[in-house]
Amino acid sequence: MAIMTYIQAITSALREEMLRDEKVFVLGEDVGKKGGVFRATDGLYDEFGEYRVLDTPLSESAIAGVGIGAAMYGMRPVAEMQFADFILPAVNQIISEAAKIRYRSNNDWNVPMTIRAPYGGGVHGALYHSQSVEAIFANQPGLKIVMPSTPYDAKGLLKSAIRDNDPVLFFEHKRAYRLLKGEVPEEDYTLPIGKAEVKREGADITVITYGLCVHFALQAAEKLEKEGISTHILDLRTVYPLDKDSIIEAAKKTGKVLLITEDNKEGSIIGEVAAIIAENCLFDLDAPIKRLAGPDVPAMPYAPTMEKFFMINPEKCEKAMRDLAEF
Amino acid sequence: MKNRHEMLGMTDEQVLSIYEMMLLARRLDERMWLLNRSGKIPFVISCQGQEAAQVGASFALNREIDYIAPYYRDLGVVLSFGMTAKELMLSAFAKAEDPNSGGRQMPGHFGQKKNRILTGSSPVTTQVPHAVGVALASKMENKNFVSFVTLGEGSSNQGDFHEGLNFAGVHKLPVITMVENNKYAISVPMEKQIASENVSIRASSYGMPGVTVDGNDPLAVYEAVKQARNRAVNGEGPTLIEAVSYRLTAHSSDDDDKYREKDEVNEAKKQDAIVTFADYLRDVNVLNEEIIESINQKIMEIVNEATDYAESAAYADPEHALRYVYEE
Amino acid sequence: MTTEKITMPQLGESVTEGTISTWLVSVGDKVNKYDPIAEVLTDKVNAEVPSSFTGKIVELTVEEGKTVAVGDVICIIEVEGNDSVTTEHENKENVVLEKQNTDHTDHSMKKRYSPAVLRLAQENDIDLTSVMGTGRGGRITRKDIEKLLETGITNSTNNPSQPRESHESNKGKSTAPAESVSAALDGDIEIPVTGVRRAISEKMVRSKQEIPHAWMTVEVDVTDLVSFRDSKKDEFKRKEGFNLTYFAFFVKAVATALKKYPQLNSTWAGDKIIQRKDVHLSIAVAANDSLFVPVIKHADEKSIKGIARDIHELAMKAREKRLTQEDIQGGTFTVNNTGSFGSIQSMGIINHPQAAILQVESIVKRPVIINNMFAARDMVNLCLSLDHRILDGLICGQFLREIKQTLEKMNEDTISIY
Repeated sequence: MAIMTYIQAITSALREEMLRDEKVFVLGEDVGKKGGVFRATDGLYDEFGEYRVLDTPLSESAIAGVGIGAAMYGMRPVAEMQFADFILPAVNQIISEAAKIRYRSNNDWNVPMTIRAPYGGGVHGALYHSQSVEAIFANQPGLKIVMPSTPYDAKGLLKSAIRDNDPVLFFEHKRAYRLLKGEVPEEDYTLPIGKAEVKREGADITVITYGLCVHFALQAAEKLEKEGISTHILDLRTVYPLDKDSIIEAAKKTGKVLLITEDNKEGSIIGEVAAIIAENCLFDLDAPIKRLAGPDVPAMPYAPTMEKFFMINPEKCEKAMRDLAEF
Repeated sequence: MKNRHEMLGMTDEQVLSIYEMMLLARRLDERMWLLNRSGKIPFVISCQGQEAAQVGASFALNREIDYIAPYYRDLGVVLSFGMTAKELMLSAFAKAEDPNSGGRQMPGHFGQKKNRILTGSSPVTTQVPHAVGVALASKMENKNFVSFVTLGEGSSNQGDFHEGLNFAGVHKLPVITMVENNKYAISVPMEKQIASENVSIRASSYGMPGVTVDGNDPLAVYEAVKQARNRAVNGEGPTLIEAVSYRLTAHSSDDDDKYREKDEVNEAKKQDAIVTFADYLRDVNVLNEEIIESINQKIMEIVNEATDYAESAAYADPEHALRYVYEE
Repeated sequence: MTTEKITMPQLGESVTEGTISTWLVSVGDKVNKYDPIAEVLTDKVNAEVPSSFTGKIVELTVEEGKTVAVGDVICIIEVEGNDSVTTEHENKENVVLEKQNTDHTDHSMKKRYSPAVLRLAQENDIDLTSVMGTGRGGRITRKDIEKLLETGITNSTNNPSQPRESHESNKGKSTAPAESVSAALDGDIEIPVTGVRRAISEKMVRSKQEIPHAWMTVEVDVTDLVSFRDSKKDEFKRKEGFNLTYFAFFVKAVATALKKYPQLNSTWAGDKIIQRKDVHLSIAVAANDSLFVPVIKHADEKSIKGIARDIHELAMKAREKRLTQEDIQGGTFTVNNTGSFGSIQSMGIINHPQAAILQVESIVKRPVIINNMFAARDMVNLCLSLDHRILDGLICGQFLREIKQTLEKMNEDTISIY
């Protein structure tokens, strides 16, 4: 097993899939010669050439739309949105087109496309380089939304996304890119889309979260363990459609559930997780379902004080987790 | 009278086929209006007035290998690419056997993979980048098919038109974009839609030729698309074609076209290609009354049979609404 | 030969009706399928409606200019042979009636208590093991508990000192009625118990359960008061802008008597009785489906006019639902104007935690023997409910006599309205 950063895991998944299947190609802004603004496609242009690693004009709707067309033909495009914040011009293509093509054509056409986008804050990115956009797409049947938390998950899930015959939105936390390192197998492997994973077993409280917040929760759980508080942590991994069975199981395990997201609180993914628990776990709950999330302001401010105030961190997780444990 | 189609290298059979296809599209469309007015189908959106451009263009393409991304008026295009009258009626009646969507979409939302007709939606112009994507695939895989995408002149204001054409222009992709300029975007006339003198001039921004042709003349459209296709397969990149005609019906069965003068419509009907192209074919002795009679009879049989079949066909089971969200 | 109906088509996505502007055919005309038969006008379009059949028009069922709903028959056609092949293919819809869950033997959910049920049970000391649940699987619902509390039929009491054993012995008896009461039959109307109604019910139940009520009635001759009040009321109304009601005089008499007999102006407090210094009289005011008991503060210090004004204002506020917490708190004794409903005798429930309530009944003209002669007199009954823990017959009799004497003496010479 090799130790890889999160972004190395992404690059190696792309490279391996491009080697495995000639239909796989990457398109996006600055993905070619530059290798991506975060260097996720580093080296691929030299290895696979201009048309497998295509620098597109600066137009997100075309990136998505051209990807959809190529996918309908039978290619497997992996489109990159430079920042998740800039995906909005492509929303019509993603929601009106990609999400509905299989359904509207009665299974005649399909869109095997992956759209990758770096999301998330804590990188001094301010309003338009920090957002979590998953909730915008999370009530669009036809789409799948994957948000891996570790290098291992990132690689296995990106390979699955590329091989999936339906459109997958793949959101990578940009702060995780170089912050997170982990063991990644040398050999080819995939992980199932639509399956959450228990990242830590525990008995007192259950934390359900995804993305970078998984690590904050893990760090907090480590500290709380010393106080005798045992935390069960479920990583959603796929935030749409949600893995209901795993959510219910994890909630029932302790009866005390804390949901964490970096997104604004109202209307976020975890609201739906709360609904699933409320519908299924009434007699197993031992405390109100709690949520820890960003405040309901438009986006994350630039100044470090305000950014820190907005952002989830291990201390905030720890406080919320202890609070629930003591309930 | 000079024989224009021979000059274009077309046979008499080909032009007669174009005429028949145009007439079939017209008669099907007319039948759908009657069915709508009888309360049997909820919605119609028409091709009337645009058949010449649609069929003329289609015949210039390779209908065996090319991909098309039609817009909602393109009855003539999809018929030319192999969708049958029966299949179109099944779509009008929203029956389970409708190959476009199995009764999920309104009529006019075409799609049929076996005939390489990309599935379409209601938000306009989204199909332009799709066609560019198919053309990108053609180039990447060194294939010799092209993609052909159509839209209305109003839709040429959408971002996807400009983003798509620019993408195609940058990468010199084999895509032909044909704007069917029927002078109205629902109620808003051309001069209130588009600031430039015409639509084709927009091509100059995207590094491709733009031509405006008479959309009531199937041979003119044929010629323009033929040239564009040659350019595309020779690696010279995309072309924008503007085919100017007139929308003879209201926007849809839900529209009352009180916003335009009756005289204007009557004037346009004089240019109706169903009439003028028949005149041309008579002039060059391809068509006579006897042939017209037999073509009409044949087409009405097709239309009647398609109507009866579709009307009595089954709807999809209610629970079918749950299927095909994802791969099954 | 068969006939077919042509109906008003839906012309447009949101259109629900159409107007026949012109019939293009007449009865007896032969038409071909798809021939236009009528011009129809809708909100969205004007259109020619074609015939769906080949045949002869036998009836135009809608006149020109008339608007009918989509789907209504507009004309009837006699078709030849079996030209009805176009009859719409109807998907057979399987109407599957969902089986009602009538399985009362399932008790799997009996011991699944929701947080709401547990809280109510704890707060009201209800033994949940003895409650029948009406929810699926025998689950006890919040409504089940609320119904128990409302009807007062619980197997427990509000007295926490009562030993558990008595719950057990009551079990079967107490839960069964709740079950049968709770079922609404066909045609019955179920009215949800709202905030005010619930508050009233809880208060009444508490009063009846806690306070051992006893009753006493006196008859008062108010002939002089009536003639005095009748002579003043119009002038008063003109000057003051509100009515000079009889009730104000009764309230005044009660307030004065309470000063003399403070035993009735008191509260039971378990190991002691608290006699109140201030006389704050609660008056019952009915408003639609609600009952409010606002308070006339320091009634003993007020003139009849002052009391009449308070009554007027509080009643207005009650009817307009403007009463504040201030308006309804602090009452030490209640006077209830039951006479306004025409009652001549009633047994009031004491306004907990007060010691007594006085019902002022209707004033009725009755023959009364005075000096061995019949006289037509204005008579009124005053009915007192008393807390027998605090009060006895003797003191209450004295109290009532005091009021009686005050009222009977009220006449032009003795009363000052101001």
